[in-house]
Amino acid sequence: MTGDARVDAPPRVDTLAGSGPKWYNRLPLHVALILISMIWLLPTVALLVSSFRPSSEILTTGWWNAFTLPFQFTLDNYQEVLSRDNMGTSFLNSLFITIPATVIPIMVAAFAAYAFAWMEFPGRNVLFILVVGLLVVPLQSALIPVLQFTTNIGLTGTFPAVWLAHTGFGLPFAIFLLRNFFGALPREMFESAYLDGASPTTAFFRLVLPLSVPAIASLVIFQFMFVWNDLLVALILVGGTQDVAPMTVTIANLVNSLGQGWDRLTAAAFISMALPLVVFFSLQRYFVRGILGGSVKG
Amino acid sequence: MDFGTVLMAIIVVIGVPAATVGYALLTERLLKLVRPQRRAAVRPWLWLLPGFAFLGLYLIYPTINTLILSFQNSNSTEFVGVENYATLLNQGGFWQTMLNTGLWIVFFAAVVVLLGILIAVLADRVRYETAVKALVFLPLAISFVAAGVIWNFMYDFDPDRGTVNAIVGIAGVEPQSWLTEWPRNTFMLIIVGIWMWVGFATVILSAGLKGISTELLEAARMDGANELQVFFRIILPLLAPTIAVVATTIVITALKTFDIIYVMTGGNFGTNNLATLFYAERFRAFDAGTAAAVAIILLLAIIPVMLFNIRRFQAQEAIR
Repeated sequence: MTGDARVDAPPRVDTLAGSGPKWYNRLPLHVALILISMIWLLPTVALLVSSFRPSSEILTTGWWNAFTLPFQFTLDNYQEVLSRDNMGTSFLNSLFITIPATVIPIMVAAFAAYAFAWMEFPGRNVLFILVVGLLVVPLQSALIPVLQFTTNIGLTGTFPAVWLAHTGFGLPFAIFLLRNFFGALPREMFESAYLDGASPTTAFFRLVLPLSVPAIASLVIFQFMFVWNDLLVALILVGGTQDVAPMTVTIANLVNSLGQGWDRLTAAAFISMALPLVVFFSLQRYFVRGILGGSVKG
Repeated sequence: MDFGTVLMAIIVVIGVPAATVGYALLTERLLKLVRPQRRAAVRPWLWLLPGFAFLGLYLIYPTINTLILSFQNSNSTEFVGVENYATLLNQGGFWQTMLNTGLWIVFFAAVVVLLGILIAVLADRVRYETAVKALVFLPLAISFVAAGVIWNFMYDFDPDRGTVNAIVGIAGVEPQSWLTEWPRNTFMLIIVGIWMWVGFATVILSAGLKGISTELLEAARMDGANELQVFFRIILPLLAPTIAVVATTIVITALKTFDIIYVMTGGNFGTNNLATLFYAERFRAFDAGTAAAVAIILLLAIIPVMLFNIRRFQAQEAIR
């Protein structure tokens, strides 16, 4: 990113280590940005530092005291919360919910997006506008009948109940994003593939999917984050079943039962954040691209 | 790990992906049963089928059903006309809920968009832009539930634990109970939402900013425009479509916000919005009819945004 070059150039002045008059002019800019960054980081740091402090300390002194001697850090809170509060099981449950709830909607959306982008059929536009309309329909307007229907087929309290619901709710965005991406692939590529005798299915698996890895990657991250962080759907469809509950539900229950039991709450919250943060920092580029593709597609 | 867990892991990692790929392979088999000249006409429907089955079952049919439920009694056994809506409108709490929803839309959306523009424009001028954007964006990767825990901790009443009370304590202010007094508590919850969503606005607006031609800005500066004029007369008008996209997304988020309120106040102390009121009616009061009415009011509030999106989409398609 060379966005800064155009504002100050020419001539480019070294702004951080420089000593010219420019440096003074730009001081407020740096102060403002560093202040904003610190404010944004502060709440997370407070949680992280606290989660490693002995419980007697958390409850009696502020987290900022952790940096005064004598240093007292411990892993007890993590041990406690993992063994006593079902967080270990919940972590696995979150994985068991999130992986299929990411794979199924993206594959199903890819099928539909392929049809929308490269097949002719009557009603194509109307159906796609329906998808665009469904993009913003709130979960709440569907939840009561979905719960009823899930109960009727005996799935309440099971993983598939959550997989299927997240598939339905995640589809409009996934179809929208993939159809835009698939549609931008070159037409000639399909024509020569068909001339060589490839079926549309072959073209889908051998051409469309491999060429769409960037779009699919950003969608995977998106859906993963969405499902991993979801509380409402899980609460309603598996909320009452401890063996199946994901971390969000378990933590929300801990908040109710522990109140100000910050020793275990901070550790529990951080366990739930660890995986999304790793995903976020390692795949940030795709995450951002997904956001852009979904909203400012021109 | 017991047998059930291992089995579930195998189903999750291998079985589910295999089943979806299997469907695509199955379509070609099915098409063999159709006359060759009809295959091109049938094929698209086979590819659309799973998607629209899910959309129909999980979004379209349930939404219509919710509309019907909203005209029925609490356990959906008989029609009661508009009684649920009348009950809602006559509840004092409902108007507070509507007011909160309005506060969320106005303040959450306004601050997120303004801060997003500010950070995007400022960060654009420094070398550590990427780092600033990543830091501001980070909370979006955290679940609302974890964010609720983080901010409950920030707002803790005891100034020896709660960071916010410790900070205002330096200025000599007595410790405050931030989440129990309306309307202050709603603003305190909105701050949490702002903390989570500003990064989203920053990233999109920053990309829009990069799309503005450098020559244009340079030309304006050469002609003697100062930085403020460049911002208000050139950058802002050119950024307007991007701002509209961000604003609509944020408004939808404001309307649907559930987790923050559920975790931090449980909707108590007058903090309900439509999303948490829906939950309370259905799962605390066990009144499916009133809950459905709340959901329909929420949907009605969203319909203008839906129409706006469709218009925008059609305009984009016309250019393609």
